[in-house]
Amino acid sequence: MTTKVQLEIFEGPLDLLLHLIKKNEVSITDIPIATITEQYLATLELMQGLNLDVAGEFLVMAATLVHIKSRMLLPEEAGVADEEEEEDSREELIRRLLEYQRFKEAAGDLERREILGRDAFLRVSEPAEDTGTVEMETLSLFDLISALRHVLDRFPEESFHQVTLEKISVREKMTLLLDELHRLGTVVFQSFFERAGSRMEVVVIFLAMLELVKIRAIRARQDQRLGPILIELAAPVEELHGRVAAEEIEGEDRGA
Amino acid sequence: MEPDSLKSVIESLLFVADSPLSLQRLSAVLEGVEKAEILATLRALQAEYDAPGRGFRIAEVAGGFQMRSSKENAEWVRKLQRGKPTRMSRATLETLSIVAYRQPITKAEIEDVRGVDVDGVLTTLLERRLIRIVGRKEVVGRPFLYGTTAEFLEIFNLKDLSDLPTLKEIEGAVVPEPPAGESSPENAK
Repeated sequence: MTTKVQLEIFEGPLDLLLHLIKKNEVSITDIPIATITEQYLATLELMQGLNLDVAGEFLVMAATLVHIKSRMLLPEEAGVADEEEEEDSREELIRRLLEYQRFKEAAGDLERREILGRDAFLRVSEPAEDTGTVEMETLSLFDLISALRHVLDRFPEESFHQVTLEKISVREKMTLLLDELHRLGTVVFQSFFERAGSRMEVVVIFLAMLELVKIRAIRARQDQRLGPILIELAAPVEELHGRVAAEEIEGEDRGA
Repeated sequence: MEPDSLKSVIESLLFVADSPLSLQRLSAVLEGVEKAEILATLRALQAEYDAPGRGFRIAEVAGGFQMRSSKENAEWVRKLQRGKPTRMSRATLETLSIVAYRQPITKAEIEDVRGVDVDGVLTTLLERRLIRIVGRKEVVGRPFLYGTTAEFLEIFNLKDLSDLPTLKEIEGAVVPEPPAGESSPENAK
């Protein structure tokens, strides 16, 4: 399967780390390096497996984490210089995370202000131009990937003895997802995968979901911290079917 | 001018203006009237509109005064506008915050904080006129320096940059000061 999904929402390694820190409910200043590194690497692996674009920065951070972890596991080495160096890497990472976190909070504060074009309006407005509303997504890509990992845990690694090779297309799944949402309204993330027969199918459904989020056909949200992820349509279903039909899905052979 | 007429005139001027009206500009139009008196009248109007039941108010933004609809009625106004709002992603807002608090700042410095490429995001912010190029940094490569615009202040309901809330302390930890020695909004309050 070669569908490559490139999300416009590009989140970097610091973002991922903060997400993991939040999920593990630990503090930035006291990160359990081993656990976090393990989860970080697992997420990268999953992203690569899904053919998501994993930028170089993610890999650089992976190397940094492994380095910090290995320094902490090695027995105390002679030489003050080494000690200082290892402290520095970890301190530097913590400093970067704290700094980034400040700006994340600042962004949240900005978003909560009374915003022109969203909360208050001018008498002279320019509807022709996309002045744009400010709405921050409440859910990150990593929340979805974490949820996906749980779903995949139910499907052990399988070998392929299928007699009939069913070509499950992302586009088909997108259409099915839209119809399901139209019928049921708001749906919990996990329920889309209930009738999936294989790991492959789970992944295809997930990719279809990401494509739909990308073209803003559906919305994913989480009303309570660590609560269930809810999916809903972002526009009338007829309009969305049109959009899906028109959408270019990379890697797909439309001649088939 | 009679105080009542002054109030009425200022109301009309605010109604018609297409950008926030500074005290300066109002004073230029209302020649002969004391700035203090104009300001007092503005405050009086603000108080009147702030009373419950009004559909608009006078906001103080970007160094001037501007009439805007009450936020309680946002839903209705959006219905009238029927525009398709573009959402600003979290990444865009974060980058915007970094520029707002650390300006003037280069792309590389922004990327250092976010840990990821900001090319696309900067383009979006430039297109939306929320940031602009304010100069070049005098180092190798002479990279562009970015800062926020008056439009940014207008959209986010800020009087001026010092109106930005102070960056919070995270977990009580002491966060190092930004590298530049210049005064920045971060240190203003």
